[in-house]
Amino acid sequence: MSDKPGRSALRTQRRYLPAHILLALGGLVMVFPFAYQIVMSLSTNAEISSVPPTLWPEQLQFVNYVEVFEKLPFLKQFSVSVLITVVRTLGQLAFCAMAGYAFARMEFRGRGLLFGLILAILMIPGQAYLIPQYQIIQGLNLLESPWGVVLPGVFSAFGAFLMRQTFMGLPKELEEAARLDGCNPWQAFTKIMLPLSAPGLSAVAITTVLWSWNDLLWPLIVTTREESMPLSVGIATLAGQHSSDYAVMMAASVLAMAPIFVLFFSMQKRVIAGLATSGMKG
Amino acid sequence: MSAPAQVGRRGRRSPTSTGYWPILFVGPLLLGVLVFYYYPIAKNLYLSFTKSNAFGGNTKFVGLDNYEALFSRPDLLSAIGNTLFYTAVVLLAIPISVLIASLIELPGLKFASLYRVLFFMPYLAMPTAITQVWKIVFNGNFGIINQTAKALGIEDPPYWLSTPGFAIAAVALFGLWSSIGFNVIILSAGLKGIPRELYEAASIDGATQWRQFRAITVPLLTPSIFFLTIMQTIGGFQLFDALFAMIGSGNPAMVQSRSLVYLFYNQAFINNDKGGGAAVAMVILLFVAIVTAVQFIGQRRWVNYV
Repeated sequence: MSDKPGRSALRTQRRYLPAHILLALGGLVMVFPFAYQIVMSLSTNAEISSVPPTLWPEQLQFVNYVEVFEKLPFLKQFSVSVLITVVRTLGQLAFCAMAGYAFARMEFRGRGLLFGLILAILMIPGQAYLIPQYQIIQGLNLLESPWGVVLPGVFSAFGAFLMRQTFMGLPKELEEAARLDGCNPWQAFTKIMLPLSAPGLSAVAITTVLWSWNDLLWPLIVTTREESMPLSVGIATLAGQHSSDYAVMMAASVLAMAPIFVLFFSMQKRVIAGLATSGMKG
Repeated sequence: MSAPAQVGRRGRRSPTSTGYWPILFVGPLLLGVLVFYYYPIAKNLYLSFTKSNAFGGNTKFVGLDNYEALFSRPDLLSAIGNTLFYTAVVLLAIPISVLIASLIELPGLKFASLYRVLFFMPYLAMPTAITQVWKIVFNGNFGIINQTAKALGIEDPPYWLSTPGFAIAAVALFGLWSSIGFNVIILSAGLKGIPRELYEAASIDGATQWRQFRAITVPLLTPSIFFLTIMQTIGGFQLFDALFAMIGSGNPAMVQSRSLVYLFYNQAFINNDKGGGAAVAMVILLFVAIVTAVQFIGQRRWVNYV
């Protein structure tokens, strides 16, 4: 590399100094609660409520993390969270990919009307269907069950929309060739189109995992027993009961958020691309 | 599950002709949407005209009684006020995010992807878990906000989470903090779509960076800004999680801090009045419909589609 571009790059970075200062300060505000939560999860309750505040514990209290499993039904709630998130995501992927494919590629009567009918759900606030959904789940005897938490959420208008967009962007020639080679529509879909739609599938999976893991209102009304709650509900409920046991609640919160962050950092580029796609309809 | 296609039957059809296949592909989703969304919406409208006992039995048609009861409640107005206030604060995050995103997308900026990740983290956080920290930060006795205030000589800083007015302000600050990440992602994608040549041409014409920001960046970002305005307004009207987790039902400040969705939850599932809750839901639906319609009509004045 010649000297000149290097020096001009250096000049650019120097010109950017105000931008760096602003972004670093802003970034600090974003990260602080996470860092503070981790510090508190390793402190004693007395240190958390001390005046002046303790910024670093005298001794790291790893015992708080042990107590999460002894004092709280953490493992049980964790497994509920995993189950509802996995089932909801797989269900959505299957139903939305199939419907999105048909809406993008098949010609049939009423296609536009049906797609509009499904999309209209996106404009409607959830409360408008929550009570009757609850009554359906009650009628099916699925209150307190992870299946009751999952059931309405496996059907997603948003996922169908994203998958239709994805399939519309794929070339037609491949699947036409497959059909001419004797594949039926199901085979053309599963063997040719589905593997090509991976970016769309991962966008649907990412948003669903995130919403399902963090969702509160619906699981809050479907589950009332501690052992049937997912973590999102469990943390809020347990924080009410153990209101002065700050340290253990902080450790439980760190553990409850950890899987999403691990997932995010292991596939960061894809998550950001996926979420940016989800905004493309704007 | 599917037998290989028969050549003779397929022969006449074009490769995209589909026969009964659409039913198989669309059927499951359509059935789910009808059973779990359309039927419930119709049922909710019906429920809002009925009253039943606490166990959901003995349902009686009561006409507009639930609506009359709702509109004569003094806390309906405060719930609407709190919801609008929270939404307004969350919308404030959009101009802040425009600034942040355009800084992050400066050509060749070092650490850009690190910044992107930092601003994005709050969006990933489980609201009920991360609010456990915010509860400590806002704590009246030992929270760092009040300790800082006292150190600066402010005598009696408020008990944020148990004082009406301050409680919803604390929740709104949390909302602001947590909504910036999604905005930045959407705006960054929008910024990448703006051709570099526009900026180069403007520099040659002697436009300052600020002038370029106002004359190129902001106008060409308006579709993304509009999308975020719609999304964050609808999201703001859904305020529940942060309120539930930060204030909580046992808090004396809760009654005056409720949002519309909290009012709905309280009426339908704590007071077990499904008819009354259904009426609140219809009011929320109407509210969202009106505001979204107004935004779509208003967009013609300020959104530029290229």
